[in-house]
Amino acid sequence: MYEGVVQDLIDELGKLPGIGPKSAQRIAFHLLGVDADQVRRLAEVLLQVKERVRFCTVCGNVAEADRCRICTDPRRDASVLCVVEEPKDVIAIERTREFHGRYHVLGGAISPIDGIGPEDLRIRELLQRLADGAVKELIIATDPNLEGEATATYLARIVAPLGVRVTRLASGLPVGGDLEYADEVTLGRALEGRRALDV
Amino acid sequence: MYLEELRLADFRSYGSLSLNLTPGVTVFVGANGQGKTNIVEAVGYLATLRSHRTAVESPLIREGASRARIRGVVVDDGRTTSVDVDIIPGQANNAWINGVRVRRVREILGICKAVVFSPEDLKLVRGDPASRREYLDDLLVSLRPRYAAIRSEYERTVHQRNAYLKETLKRPHRLDPSHLDVWDQQLCRAAEALLKARLSLTSSLAPLVEQAYAAVAGHHSVVRLEYRSSVPEALTTQEPEAAYLAAIHRLREAELARGITLVGPHRDDLDIFLDDRPARMYASHGEAWSLALALRLAAYEMFRRDGTRPILVLDDVLAELDSGRRQALTETIDEAEQVLLTTAVDEDLPKATRFLVRAGEVRRVD
Repeated sequence: MYEGVVQDLIDELGKLPGIGPKSAQRIAFHLLGVDADQVRRLAEVLLQVKERVRFCTVCGNVAEADRCRICTDPRRDASVLCVVEEPKDVIAIERTREFHGRYHVLGGAISPIDGIGPEDLRIRELLQRLADGAVKELIIATDPNLEGEATATYLARIVAPLGVRVTRLASGLPVGGDLEYADEVTLGRALEGRRALDV
Repeated sequence: MYLEELRLADFRSYGSLSLNLTPGVTVFVGANGQGKTNIVEAVGYLATLRSHRTAVESPLIREGASRARIRGVVVDDGRTTSVDVDIIPGQANNAWINGVRVRRVREILGICKAVVFSPEDLKLVRGDPASRREYLDDLLVSLRPRYAAIRSEYERTVHQRNAYLKETLKRPHRLDPSHLDVWDQQLCRAAEALLKARLSLTSSLAPLVEQAYAAVAGHHSVVRLEYRSSVPEALTTQEPEAAYLAAIHRLREAELARGITLVGPHRDDLDIFLDDRPARMYASHGEAWSLALALRLAAYEMFRRDGTRPILVLDDVLAELDSGRRQALTETIDEAEQVLLTTAVDEDLPKATRFLVRAGEVRRVD
């Protein structure tokens, strides 16, 4: 145990996800060693993030205004909507620069074990967005695990009557990987979702 | 295949244990409660990621420790592979192959293959259906590691679905039929995959069990294995998924009233008949023991047909056997590349390496 405030800092850092006691200690001593300005800047950003960041009223992504940058960007294709579990999934898809539609962040996936049902996700908001018929395709990009698949199936069912085209991200082999290192479930999924080669 | 090295850290009674092992027969001799079984239990854990003694993992951790580590160095056909697994109660376990951390612990399945005989095996005949389902599933997973994913996906689906059914039991007005439909669909798909795997295993296993029984009991009896499904129609159709879905709709009321999933392979059983009588109720103590041994020997033979010689683990079973049954085991003992055996009374086994186990100390004696 360290004295007073140093231990407080280690304790607080240790509460963060992915940070164990050793990492917490390392970060604490790193902070002790750097300029006061740098620490002040970190502290300010931490406070600002709580004060300034809100969730976009349309898509549920993190935003600094009432609506996020993507929802207010007129160049974005309003006819394609990509549904993801978390804001970090938006960033992942944005990095591809392949998607030019808009997003809808559910805030999780259906998981009765954790007490999360459809009513706890932003599904009502999704249906409202789909009501005016402007969205022609809904891409479901929930995680490829049991809960993500259950959520995808649920969405596909309740969206079906609206006549919107519903698609699901393909799952399969990682690009640049070796076939022999793929686990068998992934390989099985990739076989299931194989497609004809265009010549 | 054989284990060249076994290391335990904070596993059961062992703070730290390091053993160098050799092919052939190795005997761990010691009085009861000295820690013999803990050693072979660790070998079984490397092979199945489950203990043959307990369904929960916390007893595997030494008192006062937060995690246990098992390390095995396996030699198979001249190739050496090391596997490490960290058992952390209440958290995801970690594993390494040749020092490289794997993404999922179950990736280590198939590296160390073992068939474990233990006094608990009597449960395979006399015990509840869960023991026989576990026997089938453990064997499936060791023979074809990809079944680990099918098994755990099925178990998790049942868990999720039960959680939802319990929730609606408490708050019936909140029942959302579309939500339940989703879990019905997931359950039936996963159920079909697991059922097909178990059925195919049962049909290859049946003749082997009958043969092994004749060898163990010393006379021929008709041994029949019959897979019994909670949804009998699922066994006779090409599309069990549809049969499960129909059954779920039929049992909807009962499931909602009880808050549990009543349909699926988690409610099945492997019926064993000895001369056309259910062994669970009619087999004598001796017959039940012979059947249990036959089930394990058949498992060993399944590996053999698959082209591997698994490690043979005999945990405290020799003393229980009369000379006739022991004779039936001898052939398998001679055949196996490595036999790890625990006993309270030193056995007359020529050319065996001996370790003395006393109060958690393991010492090689020559």
